[in-house]
Amino acid sequence: MTSVASKPRGKKRKAGISWGAWVFGAALTLLILFTLFPFYWAIVASLTPDAALFRDPSLWPQHIILDHYRALFGERDFITPIKNSLIVAGTTTIFCLCVGTLAAYALARLDFKGKAPIMGFILAVTMFPQISIVSPLYLLLRSLHLIDTYPGLIMPYMTFAMPLTVWVLTGSIRQIPKDLEEAAHVDGATRRQSFTKILLPLAVPSLATTGILTFIYCWNEFLFALSFTLGPERQTVPVAIALFRGMYQVPWGEILAAAIVATAPVAAMVLIFQRRIVQGLTAGAVKG
Amino acid sequence: MRKISRLGHEARLGWTLVGPALSVIALIAIFPLGWTVWESLHLHELRMPWLGQPFVGLANYVEIGKDPRFWGALAHTAFFTVVSISLELLIGLFLALAMNRAFRGRGFVRAAVLVPWAIPTVVAALLWRFMFESEGGIANALLVDVHILKQPIVWFIETATAWVPVILADVWKTTPFVALLLLAGLQNIDLSLYEAAAVDGANAWWQLRHITLPLLKPAILVTLIFRTLDGFRVFDLIYVLTGGGPGTSTEPVALYTFNALLQNLRFGYGSALSVVIFAITFGLAMIYVKGLGVRLGGDET
Repeated sequence: MTSVASKPRGKKRKAGISWGAWVFGAALTLLILFTLFPFYWAIVASLTPDAALFRDPSLWPQHIILDHYRALFGERDFITPIKNSLIVAGTTTIFCLCVGTLAAYALARLDFKGKAPIMGFILAVTMFPQISIVSPLYLLLRSLHLIDTYPGLIMPYMTFAMPLTVWVLTGSIRQIPKDLEEAAHVDGATRRQSFTKILLPLAVPSLATTGILTFIYCWNEFLFALSFTLGPERQTVPVAIALFRGMYQVPWGEILAAAIVATAPVAAMVLIFQRRIVQGLTAGAVKG
Repeated sequence: MRKISRLGHEARLGWTLVGPALSVIALIAIFPLGWTVWESLHLHELRMPWLGQPFVGLANYVEIGKDPRFWGALAHTAFFTVVSISLELLIGLFLALAMNRAFRGRGFVRAAVLVPWAIPTVVAALLWRFMFESEGGIANALLVDVHILKQPIVWFIETATAWVPVILADVWKTTPFVALLLLAGLQNIDLSLYEAAAVDGANAWWQLRHITLPLLKPAILVTLIFRTLDGFRVFDLIYVLTGGGPGTSTEPVALYTFNALLQNLRFGYGSALSVVIFAITFGLAMIYVKGLGVRLGGDET
């Protein structure tokens, strides 16, 4: 379990190391199986008739049917929650990126008193429990007649999305070298010019990473969406799935089909942008 | 003189740029927090509007003190947090050490473990609920096959067994995040330390105990903070997996508060519960930051 791959020195040590490597490989394989199996099983089940789901489950799909997916987009109207989630998560992300970029630029590049307290404050807000503001937000949205509307979700979403955006973006912009901007300042460029002409183009990858992270957090959010919507017209994907009900029994086939559909876009984003997401998540979070 | 004016200008620009983001946060996060405190000092039953909203002082907090369901919920939350975080740190450390070394398929491992972290918690909870659902579910089938269980059991009917899928689901979903934070810490450790130790004939175990773990301490503490605070606000996972049941025996504080607010529409009492949760979270964060001297990256070094 060393963190560096130590090279075998001499023949005597070799046996011990290959034994260690074997244990290591086995443990890692088990972990990967543990990670992937629930997905595999959900896919199999989403293709299996409900009647066969809990009767002698077999690890391999027996007879594949697409009925659950058909029902999901037919009578279930799963398109509506997907649309709701896209609108809410998309709007929140775009707004947070616009406002957050200005703040992140100032926090990463300008030198002024109060920067450290601001960062501390923002970090503190990302950590505080959502449940602690559900009651006033509910009363506020109710008095503004915004319960069960898009703005009634987008506004509460800012509470976690805005600090997250500013925090990740600041960490990410700090890692962009300053040289070009400083050279531009020497040549007489204004702050506005060095920001729009030099930093912004360089920061496009940072903005993309931050946007993806914020979007994922909004897409996955459950408590606010559950508290501030009333019916299927405005429910987001997680709420719709969690509240799936059948006429006589739990419609597991459809639930799992919905789970696969809700997971697919996020999983795809993670697989494609894996490296960037890891950087964004850990930038600024851990110092050596 | 010119330098001072330049700094003054920079400060003004800085605050102007930070202003919009800060006011959004203040308006929708901090102001409501104050409102919660105000609500918590009043009797406010949305079901009984004729009662009005009289000021009751600390009556709601006194009621919390005597409310066995709250203390139960607090105990469940603490239990859940301690057990799941311990497992996540152990497995996460192993994963981080694994991902930190070069082997074939490392990219695949990194991507694979990240997927559970990225999917909605609700979905994760449903996947695990499904596997443990009914006597004919896959968990029962597999466990009977490998002779861990003699016969299938109904997992969600008893408290002890209902915790199993809850903890497993949380470990499954969150360990990747833990591993990533620890991996970032590992990558900051100077490799020459290991080389020097190897020259002195130190074995892998010695290196882990005397180099890796001490130097990884800051990363471990940061992870502990993040995960403890996450654990204390657990909601989605248990709402979907057990609904707090059987009875209220797995109900965490966030779920109890949600029920008080939006099921029973007791806004005064629910707000008081919210304030208590906030205070506990805040206290825990303070203990970590002040007591253990965790430094969170805020400034450039």
